[in-house]
Amino acid sequence: MSLLKYESQIREPLVDGNKDYHQVTEDIIRPIEMKPSRLWYIGFYISVALLLFGVYSVYREVTYGIGQWNLNKTIGWGWDITNFVWWVGIGHAGTLISAILLLFRQGWRTGVNRAAEAMTIFAVMCAGQFPIWHMGRVWMAFFVLPYPNSRGPLWVNFNSPLLWDVFAISTYFTVSLLFWYSGLLPDLATVRDRAKTKLRKLLYGVASFGWTGSTKHWQRHESLSLVLAGLSTPLVLSVHTIVSFDFATSVVPGWHTTIFPPYFVAGAIFSGFAMVQTLMIILRKVFGLQDYITLGHIEAMNKVIVLTGSIVGIAYITELFIAWYGQNPYEWYAFKENRANLFSPYGWSYWLMMFCNVVSPQMFWFKKLRRNIAFTFFMSIIVNIGMWYERFVIIVTSTYRDYLPSSWSTYYSPSIWEIGFYLGTFGLFFTCFFLFSKYFPVIAVAEIKAILKTSGENYKNKMTDIEKADAEKFYIEEVEHAH
Amino acid sequence: MAGGIKKFVVGCFDDEAVLFPAVKNVRRAGYKIHDVYTPFPVHGLDHALGLRETSLHTAGFIYGITGTTTALTCISWIFTKDWPLNIGGKPHFALPAWIPITFELTVLFAAVGMVLTFCYLCQLSPFVKKHHFHPRATDDLFVMAIECTEKTNEAEVTAFLEKAGAIEINTQNAETGWWIGRYDKVQKLYAETEKGY
Repeated sequence: MSLLKYESQIREPLVDGNKDYHQVTEDIIRPIEMKPSRLWYIGFYISVALLLFGVYSVYREVTYGIGQWNLNKTIGWGWDITNFVWWVGIGHAGTLISAILLLFRQGWRTGVNRAAEAMTIFAVMCAGQFPIWHMGRVWMAFFVLPYPNSRGPLWVNFNSPLLWDVFAISTYFTVSLLFWYSGLLPDLATVRDRAKTKLRKLLYGVASFGWTGSTKHWQRHESLSLVLAGLSTPLVLSVHTIVSFDFATSVVPGWHTTIFPPYFVAGAIFSGFAMVQTLMIILRKVFGLQDYITLGHIEAMNKVIVLTGSIVGIAYITELFIAWYGQNPYEWYAFKENRANLFSPYGWSYWLMMFCNVVSPQMFWFKKLRRNIAFTFFMSIIVNIGMWYERFVIIVTSTYRDYLPSSWSTYYSPSIWEIGFYLGTFGLFFTCFFLFSKYFPVIAVAEIKAILKTSGENYKNKMTDIEKADAEKFYIEEVEHAH
Repeated sequence: MAGGIKKFVVGCFDDEAVLFPAVKNVRRAGYKIHDVYTPFPVHGLDHALGLRETSLHTAGFIYGITGTTTALTCISWIFTKDWPLNIGGKPHFALPAWIPITFELTVLFAAVGMVLTFCYLCQLSPFVKKHHFHPRATDDLFVMAIECTEKTNEAEVTAFLEKAGAIEINTQNAETGWWIGRYDKVQKLYAETEKGY
């Protein structure tokens, strides 16, 4: 046994401090059992206020129609779909961390996966709002579902990327939710078994589905997690691929490119990790979880950010090059005049995007900066601003001048209700996240315990003597011990 | 199908390194281990207990291909037989355009099916009541429950567990059958435990 548990001391510990199993439970569950702090209430009320503003904005949009937004003749998508793609992109990091990093056997995922998955679910919820309310007559939203109906039956168009999106987003949401909740069951059982009051026992008893921790159940649970990870891996790649098809299958200059799927997926992971950084840096501070979300975790995520940011950078330059090389006058005009020309109406947004997404993440090549919390927090905000502008650039600069100069629209800027809707989704996101952090274990307790004896700091320190010993002798002793 | 009330000797261990040899010795001595409850998945414990591999992934595969065939048959029937839409004169049977939805439904069916099967097999549901041998089994203890038959000498088992390194040993009665909403009426919880958590 002990042979399998050995991990070199050269690797940074994933759990700092002198922890045993009980201490892990204490550290992570205690915030749930205490009254929330003042800061929590302040944050929560601000989020609810934003949410209410969003609800009112949507109410106006539904009552008076899409005219409440400043969309115009050629810019039919504007902020609305920009926000949709932005939120969906953010929703990619959670499943990437929990699924792809599980398959790659990355131990550091255990510290951040629970909160990142929650973030994914809330981000997809926010994303879903935009296409739904953009329908205008939202009471007809069920028309997107294929079901035998009295209109023919007139079916949905299965060849349309917009319908693929319906399937992709709803599947992604469902599978992420199942993955997240099945992982939560054992931890909710831990909360249940520590509960002092009757109400808590009842609520967490219901929520934990009567989990006992039986060996057979764990065996099935492991199998379930592994297969769900295997399923989610192509799923997470497919979702943003399909979102990119919404653009790529059209014949609009600037959208009609085959590079879109990988470019969108890399961008999604990029912005998703930035959002995870924003949330984790606050979370570890507020709940005192610095021993579980260590500098090593933050550095690992910054490495992903510099990698995906660079992929995004290559994609930007490639599409610019191909627009010129392809010799299509419309395509080249869209890039040269509508985007890259700093003095065109939206040129500033293109260069802002370039700076935030391509130039600034390169700072993370320096180890000092990767391990600097304040800088990481600052960068995570910059990256998400940049990624929002990427979608804005794609949508608005490609549509505000179409083939017919007479329909070139005037300058598009959002109305207060468009902005209000966007702020409202921030309200929804943070309201959900505050409630999650108050009522659920924000770190996967059971998974931390499972890696504690290989990657915990105090257990690693015990390896010092063994590492000094002769390797051959160590092997013989360990093997004999194991049998 | 009530399992009836059964008696268990329960031994708690605080270290998996002690637990593994204990499991081995208990099984070697001929006692029947009902189950071991652990706060996290202990790798290799299922083999040590002699449990067979789970077939959950096979179920997942079957659900997955069900999703694939559902998507393909439905879409092809709708677009070629029921209501063939003329989309720019393109073929009605447009397989490449259906791949995204087919893939999504494959994943959806597999995931939902597997989770439901998992919950069914483990009898997990919101209002199910189960016997919990020790409240710290979800915190830091590895709890081994040994089933007693008429022949079992409890004192002997207790002594055996003590020697194997258990830090806390007690005897509990529990119903082995489980189903929704009835289980708690007849069970006795860890009332017999000395510490009475």
